[in-house]
Parts: sequence; structure tokens; C-alpha cells
Amino acid sequence: MRTSNRRGLFKTAEEDRNNREGLKGWLNPSRYGWERVSYWLQRLTGLFLLIYFIGHIYETSSLTGGAGAWNAMLQFTETPWGHLFLILVIGTSTYHSTNGIRLIFTEAGRGLGRPGRPDYPYDALSLNYRQKSGIWIALILAAVAMFYGGNVLFGGD
Amino acid sequence: MSGIIKKISMLRTGSKLERSKKSLRARSSIVLRVYRANKAIGDSAHYDTFDVPIQRWTTVLDALLYAKSYKDTSIGIRYSCRMASCGSCGMKINGIPRLACYTNVSELESGVISCEPLTNFPLIRDLVTDFHQFFSHHKSVRPYIINQNADLRDRKELSEFIQSPREVDEYLQSSYCIKCGLCYSACPTVATDTKFPGPQALAQAYRYSADTRDTGSREDMKTIDDKHGIWRCHFAGSCSSVCPKGVDPALGIQLLRGHMMSFSKHNKKIAELKHHSHGNQTT
Repeated sequence: MRTSNRRGLFKTAEEDRNNREGLKGWLNPSRYGWERVSYWLQRLTGLFLLIYFIGHIYETSSLTGGAGAWNAMLQFTETPWGHLFLILVIGTSTYHSTNGIRLIFTEAGRGLGRPGRPDYPYDALSLNYRQKSGIWIALILAAVAMFYGGNVLFGGD
Repeated sequence: MSGIIKKISMLRTGSKLERSKKSLRARSSIVLRVYRANKAIGDSAHYDTFDVPIQRWTTVLDALLYAKSYKDTSIGIRYSCRMASCGSCGMKINGIPRLACYTNVSELESGVISCEPLTNFPLIRDLVTDFHQFFSHHKSVRPYIINQNADLRDRKELSEFIQSPREVDEYLQSSYCIKCGLCYSACPTVATDTKFPGPQALAQAYRYSADTRDTGSREDMKTIDDKHGIWRCHFAGSCSSVCPKGVDPALGIQLLRGHMMSFSKHNKKIAELKHHSHGNQTT
């Protein structure tokens, strides 16, 4: 067992970040299949929704300034870019919540199947069609919601 | 439904093999790009390329050993069994963690094969990485059977543990782990959190927790039930997709987590009840 006072390449295991992938590890989802893409999208949509949430709090707090201030704030979303932003909010929130429901069950050990005796070519039981269907349903629902939102926002009156 | 999907995937695997055979017939050599770095002598990271002749059966390890034997003897590589049993030759091959001895050149369908050290492991030299962190995490989950009653010297009635095939199936696939570190390298959480035990260690925690011979509770261990522990896994599934032995660490982790949140049956209690009933029958 190595001691904790080693230096350089042999310094303490817990502190050694040499050759760690870091953020690049999850920013590139292309190498490991749909589950990794889903993980990447869940994180990105989560971050986007967090930013939106902060902006949303700021926007609604303008109500304290009266009807004029509120209407002025609403003007930000009354432009084509504002509409595109709102469509993005609709899509990300739909995907994040739908995929999140799948993950609640998955991370509690549901929908994964029972462990067994693996056979060649050793397809992982946990990456089964239920999980992939859940990911695709979340993506399709997000696309449908974005389409509907776009239709309402850009459809005119 | 799962049967149909399995058949489709088998057909796809078959057509992929056919394609790789065809591409190999047209190719008699490949270009091997090998990551080189030796920080101990101040050698900066770079890639060396080698033309390597190939046959139908050539693995990436064979190609590397050819380059080491005939082109550059200084290539740093770790290997041993050449049959996917020891887990020594793990490396990133064309960007994905794989065992070099278990990866046939033809299945990569590429004329250029890139070999890099496993990420998330401290680099020692060239393709050789330090597994100290990895094994520290492995040891931290107490990867052995804990049974206070199993003193075989004095208690003859415990000289054998009876398990049904179903009880064995609960942990058998997790026991096939060869500690090659591919899952650890593929995990996005390990990439950012050095304290996270990683898929291998957590899957081993599940393996012993699911074993009815084991009576030690691992769920209260700090390395598992901790903010850097099992709760940091977000089911990216990459560990399971790269595992060369079908261990499926992601499955083990989710099942252990479900067990910790009391979503699954308490196997230990069932085992204890069976054990007591068996003991009562024999006495």
C-alpha cells in the first residue's frame, strides 16, 4: 500500500487528477450509445432550465413595479428570437421532465431486468429496449411540444 | 419484444462482421497511432505511427506487440494473458476503452487505429496507467464475504453455504469482473470526481451485498452512502457498454441503490430466514 507522502506521479491517489477527462468526459456524448446521449441532454437541459428559472424569477419580480414594468418585460419575448427562446424552453422542459421520470424509476432499480448469466456478445441488460424506448419517447414528446409551441407562437392570431 | 430486438441486434452484428471481413480482405496492413509520453524524462505527449501487417486474426495487442518487436522496442504497454482474463491491456482504442487482446483489428473497420492510455487513470508512461486509485476504491467497499458466523474451525454446521441457482444468479455476473478498469475510464462521473468510487467498486459492493452468504451490511459505508458515493451515478450506462465480460456495472449500481432506498426486497433477511430454518432442520 502506497503511503500518502509520495510525490509526482506517485502522490496520494485521492488527490491525483492526472489524466482525468474532466468536463470533456461528459461534453462528448458520441462514443457510448443512447444512454450517454440521454445523460448529456439531461444535464444540458437541466443547466438551461436553471438559467431560465433565474431569468423567470427576475421577469416575474417586475410585477412589483406595476403593470407598465410587467408589460415592458413581456416585450422581450414578443420578438422572433424571444419566441425561439420560449420554444427551446418548452422542448427542454418536456425532455427534462419526461426523461427525469424514466430516471426516477431506473435509479431505483426498476425497469432494468434481473441479473443473470451473461452470454457472448455480452449485451448489457440495463441498456435494454425499455430504457431506449424511454429516451425516444422523451425526445419525441419534446419535438411534438416544440412543434405545437412553435405553431401557437408563430401561427399568429 | 425483447426477443425480437435481440434477433435484430444479432442480424446487425452478423452484417457488421461480414462488412469487417470484406474490408479486411482489401487491407493487408494498418497504421497504428500510439500515444507516447514519458513525463519522468520530460518527454511531452505525442503520437508515433507504425505500419503493421495484419491477418484475419490480428488483435490490437498483436499489432502493438509487432510494432514493439520490429519498429520501436521502447513502447510502454502492459499485458499478460492475451485472452481477456487478466484485464491488463485496457486502453482507449479509437477513442473507446477496450481490451487490446479482445479487440480484433477487423472489427474496428478502420485503416488507422489509435491507441491511447485509459483516461481517468494517472498516466505512468505511453499506454501504461497507474491503477492505485482504482484499487483503493475497490478495497474501500470491502470486496469479500463478511460473515461473523463463518468460523469453520468450531462450527461444523457452517462448513458449507447452500445457495439456490436463483440466489447465485443475483450476483454471478458481477463476480465476472476482471478489474480491467474500462468502466472506470468510460464513466463521466469518475472524470470529474476523484472521490467517486466508480462503477467497478460499486458493482462489487452490489455483488457482495446480493450474495446470501454475506451478512455484512455495506449500505451504511461512507464510501457508498455519501455525496461522492452511489448517489453521484446518473446512469449514463457507459460502464456497461464498454465492459468486456458482461458484468453490467450500471445494473448492479441501480439495484444496490434501489435496495438502499428500500425499493427492493431485503435479500439478506430472506437469506437469514432460510439459514435459520435450515439450521433448525439439521439440529
